[in-house]
Amino acid sequence: MNSKTKNILVELAFSVLAIIISFMIGAIVILFIKGNPLEVFGTMFSGAFGSLSNFADTLEYATPLMFTGMAVAFAFRAGLFNIGAEGQLYAAAFAVAVVGFMLKLPPFLHITVVILTALIVGGLWAYVPGVLKAKLGVHEVITTIMMNYIALDLTNYLTMRNVFKQPGQIPQTKDILHSAQFGTMTFLSKYTHLNSGIIIAVVVAVIVYFVIARMKLGYEIKVTGYNSNAAAYGGINNKNKLIIAMVISGAIAGLAGAEQVAGVMHHFVSPFPVGIGFMGIAVALLGKNDPFGVIAAALLFGALSAGGTQVDTMTTVPREVIDIIQAIIILFVASEVFLRKLIVQRIKQRKYRKMLEQSNLEQLDV
Amino acid sequence: MFSTILVIALATIQSSIPLLFAGFAGLFSERSGVVNIALEGFLLLGAFSGAAIMQAMNGSSQTLYITAGFLGTIVAGALLALLFAVVVITLKADQIVSGVAINIFVGGLTVILSQAFFTARSFNFPEVPVFIKTYFFPILALLIAAVTYFVLYKTRFGLRLRAVGENPLAADTLGVNVVKMRYIAVIISGVLATFGGAYISIFAGSFAKDMSAGRGYIALAALIFGKWKPKGVFFAALIFGFFKAIEQFLQGGVIPTQFIQMIPYLMTIITLAGFIGRATPPAADGIPYEKELSE
Repeated sequence: MNSKTKNILVELAFSVLAIIISFMIGAIVILFIKGNPLEVFGTMFSGAFGSLSNFADTLEYATPLMFTGMAVAFAFRAGLFNIGAEGQLYAAAFAVAVVGFMLKLPPFLHITVVILTALIVGGLWAYVPGVLKAKLGVHEVITTIMMNYIALDLTNYLTMRNVFKQPGQIPQTKDILHSAQFGTMTFLSKYTHLNSGIIIAVVVAVIVYFVIARMKLGYEIKVTGYNSNAAAYGGINNKNKLIIAMVISGAIAGLAGAEQVAGVMHHFVSPFPVGIGFMGIAVALLGKNDPFGVIAAALLFGALSAGGTQVDTMTTVPREVIDIIQAIIILFVASEVFLRKLIVQRIKQRKYRKMLEQSNLEQLDV
Repeated sequence: MFSTILVIALATIQSSIPLLFAGFAGLFSERSGVVNIALEGFLLLGAFSGAAIMQAMNGSSQTLYITAGFLGTIVAGALLALLFAVVVITLKADQIVSGVAINIFVGGLTVILSQAFFTARSFNFPEVPVFIKTYFFPILALLIAAVTYFVLYKTRFGLRLRAVGENPLAADTLGVNVVKMRYIAVIISGVLATFGGAYISIFAGSFAKDMSAGRGYIALAALIFGKWKPKGVFFAALIFGFFKAIEQFLQGGVIPTQFIQMIPYLMTIITLAGFIGRATPPAADGIPYEKELSE
């Protein structure tokens, strides 16, 4: 076994261990509120994988997380922390709703316009923090958080304008036209919202993989992320790369908004559901910033969401138990570097002590 | 006219209080070098814990359940802060990622406990005397502002805390225990922020899922807009509180309320960009401290 595969296996083992421990802590919480952990986890599993329609739910919940996870992971490669996937997808989702019901286009063209709109608006929303970071050195974490709330307020405002608003009490935009909707995969389950967005997510993962592993741009972004000064010294326009990485990240997050509006809701609802963007951080972390790792992590979190919904209806335990499990997974994976060092150290110490004991024994023999 | 000003002033105080507590909470933690995105989670925990204890003790004497609620809030805040501190200081996990995780954790935990003990995602709790809302919390907030300023700038402890946030290696060389200082700072931070949260639920008279509603992030904005300085944070919290307060008076007016809500966030970005003076975070903010530099 070469060292690379060994490394991947060790990482995988750690992630699996983190997940198992997180479920155990989840079990303690369930016991504390007088629930039955086995029943809850069983329900969770069948809610996620029990039938074709449940599995479709898992895939449906996983899809937007694939986009936001990929968005966060891509920015990470450039050393940027995009906490703004949330805002980028709100802005994109609203824009998609608008072009979805205002433009009258043939189906294929309409969907192309929808996707381009999401990419552009998401990218633009990330451009602001990107430029501020590259030109003025302003930390992107704070600016992206602020941009999230600006997006939330702005879309809340726009949704209520008569041009966009669906008449009636519910604060949502008019429904998008059929030509702008992503195809739903009804062959899996009759009432599923699982849509062709998941195919787009896989395509994006492949593209991201090639950009990062094979293209000059990916190389330059990685070098910038690894050491910005060295990149500049080596002739890479590092500031430019920061902006590009941020914009691409925002564009990918924007696709999550497109998928939610064009694939699931078919309108923009105000305020837009919170959490898809934030959860993307966890997905990127668990997926080790690798596009296919992100897909796997998104599937896990999708399964937890689908399972959580079932737990909510079938048991006395609320679905929020999955939030706790997810949060603990994040904390473990975030502490991974240190914990691994600690474990390795312990093993070395034990070996050393054994050696010491053995040599002592030998000395006694003499 | 005068009465309108008075009403706005009172509303400003009311919406500033959680921001003051959380803002000063953030100040303690970040001046010691720990970025605190978890303020939102601490506020939510504060909104829940005191309320839950008081509701659980419903029927006992008022003094008893208020005291228990007060102490319970402190304990809850300190415990969560301890968890956060272990992860980001001892285990050296990324502070931002961990902060996000803490927020998700509290969001889930409060609902689970609320559902388990009060069979709903929200609950009412027994009446708290008016003077607690109108005098106790505002005075406590002012007191904390003054004490924070004094502690950070006039005491040895404060000097050390700031040193640890600016240059932990230098502080360590001079014999300051970096890890201990950061633990203390994060725990103070946690307790302060939970007080802010307690005010939110006490003012509302009930707890509801996710009732901190982003105030933690506005407090973070106030911390930055106030340039990580006590006076700055104090006035930033008041200014942001003012925008929150006038929102309700301008409902249906010429300026849409959403644009007023946006002002704090825009102001923060503009400040960071350096258009209103320069805002420089503590130099070691966000960087875990590695004592042994060589392996």
